[in-house]
Amino acid sequence: MSGDPFAAPRAAGGRAPDVMRPGGWLEMREHADTDEVDFVVVGTGAGGGPLITGLAEAGFSVIGFDAGPYFRPLEDFASDETEQNKLYWNDNRIVDGANPLTMGGKNSGKAVGGSTVHFAMVSLRFRPEWFKSRSALGYGADWPLDWRDMWGWYAKAERALSISGPTRYPWGPKRPDYPYRAHEINGAGDLLARGCEAMGIDWTPTPLATVSAPHGKSPPCVYRGFCRFGCSTNAKQSQLVAFIPRAIKAGAEVRDLAMVGRIETDRTGRATGVHYIREGRWRFQRAKNVVVAGYAIETPRLLLASANAQHPGGLANSSGLVGKNLMVQSNQAVFGVMEDEVRWYKGPPSLTITEHWNYDDKKNFHGGYCWMAQGPLPIEWVGIQTSARGLWGQALRDEMEKYNHQVGLKMVGEMLPNEANRVTLDDETDQYGLKVARITYGWGENDKAMIAHALDQMQTSLELVGAKELFRQTDDTNHLRRQDQRGQFGLSQLGHPQPLDLRRFDLPHHGWGESLTDDHGRRHADRPPDRQPSRQGRALAPWPGEL
Amino acid sequence: MSPRYPGYEVEAKRDTPSWNEATRLAVDKRLAVPREPRFFTTDEWITLEAICDRIMPQPGDRPKVPLPAYVDQKLADNVQDGYRYAVLPPQGEAWRRGLRALDDAAHGVFGGPFRTLLPERQDEILRRAQAGALEGEAWAGMPSKAFFEHRLVPDITHAYYATPTAWNEIGFGGPASPRGYVRMALNRRDPWEAVEAKPDHEAKARQANSRVR
Repeated sequence: MSGDPFAAPRAAGGRAPDVMRPGGWLEMREHADTDEVDFVVVGTGAGGGPLITGLAEAGFSVIGFDAGPYFRPLEDFASDETEQNKLYWNDNRIVDGANPLTMGGKNSGKAVGGSTVHFAMVSLRFRPEWFKSRSALGYGADWPLDWRDMWGWYAKAERALSISGPTRYPWGPKRPDYPYRAHEINGAGDLLARGCEAMGIDWTPTPLATVSAPHGKSPPCVYRGFCRFGCSTNAKQSQLVAFIPRAIKAGAEVRDLAMVGRIETDRTGRATGVHYIREGRWRFQRAKNVVVAGYAIETPRLLLASANAQHPGGLANSSGLVGKNLMVQSNQAVFGVMEDEVRWYKGPPSLTITEHWNYDDKKNFHGGYCWMAQGPLPIEWVGIQTSARGLWGQALRDEMEKYNHQVGLKMVGEMLPNEANRVTLDDETDQYGLKVARITYGWGENDKAMIAHALDQMQTSLELVGAKELFRQTDDTNHLRRQDQRGQFGLSQLGHPQPLDLRRFDLPHHGWGESLTDDHGRRHADRPPDRQPSRQGRALAPWPGEL
Repeated sequence: MSPRYPGYEVEAKRDTPSWNEATRLAVDKRLAVPREPRFFTTDEWITLEAICDRIMPQPGDRPKVPLPAYVDQKLADNVQDGYRYAVLPPQGEAWRRGLRALDDAAHGVFGGPFRTLLPERQDEILRRAQAGALEGEAWAGMPSKAFFEHRLVPDITHAYYATPTAWNEIGFGGPASPRGYVRMALNRRDPWEAVEAKPDHEAKARQANSRVR
């Protein structure tokens, strides 16, 4: 073992952990706080990881800040649900609204590599029409870019992450072969497939970011089933494994255990750097550009907390939209009991998927959903039994004993934006003395109609494979919409300073890859991302062809 | 009732390729939980013990998983969940207030402290909390339903299913790094997975489980 990753920063003294070798180190370029670096990127997860890699490979000086530790998966990761709570953002947040979100856990991440360290690896593409959802489908907002542009980026991201997937994808325009073959399907995945076939709809092995054959120092997936608690073999292509080492080799610095509390701006409103706390001491890092890649909660929290005379409503917020229109997935599920032994703890949890209702518009609501095979581990499972069914006592024990015979289907649905669903600053403070986020959420009528539709469809599928004792999980935690489960994968989120969940609605106002050095607001409204003024351009410039 | 996975011991795999060093350390530490209260008073601890026995009753033929100890540890070490319902106070305060209020309810309804009530009466108090039917000064505005659903039940049940004892009962494979699994299909079992007893074949399953490594 190599010590406690929380005790002191590991990326220090001119070196950072080499996550692919026990005890190994990589040489790392370091900057003084007084160096005015080209870029500070706040967050090293799905957005920040590739961004610092691209910036470093293009020759910019860049520091990636992360509030979490720098794990060595081969040494630090246990096969244990409770122990792996260390991967999550466990600091306090307040949740309220008609349908409060369950935060923490897998709806969060605090580590170098962010929540990709424990994500379920599901790596989908958007349906092309979603880029023009307002004009093509009549809801939401159009993106300022074309799906054909994204198709190329998806392919690059799929190669960079060695995605394993099927040779023929049943929905949407033709896509290239996935770099790695699809994984073997487990019992839970097989039951999804049988249900779909009985219903006459398509299914497919799920494209996953865990390798099905060796890749570099990553061994093929061994199907241990703890994917969402951190991969201890490095088969999973998280940012920690796939991009961060590349970024460091290209000259990026990563600062672990470094919580950014405020972005500083000068008299003209330009960002000059970030105030951050590391090893108990507040410091200031100078930078020419600051990019916030902290996901749906921490990004608006930081932008709002950085309010000052030039930016009274927070940074990048002339539109007043920062923190608003928070969107999550609807993750309701149906579970049942099979006569077969399913043993759904084996393998990645969602080895099969149907996107049928993402592509079929004959519905009485807007948006779409898919459903996926499930494989909850015991603590997750008792959480479902107690929250969805209100069980405790002997009744709970009796149900838990059926664990190896359980099967389930869980929707991943698109919820529509609502300004009342939002992130604000609460008066409570965290261990850094920073105001915590208050997260307010309630479902809309469209969301409820979609959930009802999906529950009926999933229940039919389970009935058709002979599952008994069906019950519905209607109160699911409702995950922040994320790249792995909704096709917002890879480059679609690079460098975007807004919460990802606002992207489809904020993009027209703030532009793509905007750094926080200015706040032109609506002036950028109709400009495609690659025509943005220099700073935006520079944020994205490293990308084409570099991935 | 005979166990569904007789003789299955997930800890028999401790020194096999299914458990890496990080896992062994984590589980050892969990099993060495301090058995004395650090957060709760002795009085609160006794009430908590009575509640744990109803939320997660345990068979009498083996040592109990020390559930009050795990709840106490979570609060003493302030292991947070990453969020808090706006209607609930911080976890330690919620627990203290909740225990006092459940005891108050026990006095009010059945005329005695929770710990001394018959199990079915204890269940009745807990059912009322779950339904949100308990109110009064002791709750100080904390909804009994939210406390029951989001604090009391999760803290107790999550602790239970974090233990090898619970994994044995439900036939969970347990830790699996780096060995993982090979036989993925329905009704297939790797030799290092639990064997389920078929009716009247408990001895056979017990024998097979004794070979699980």
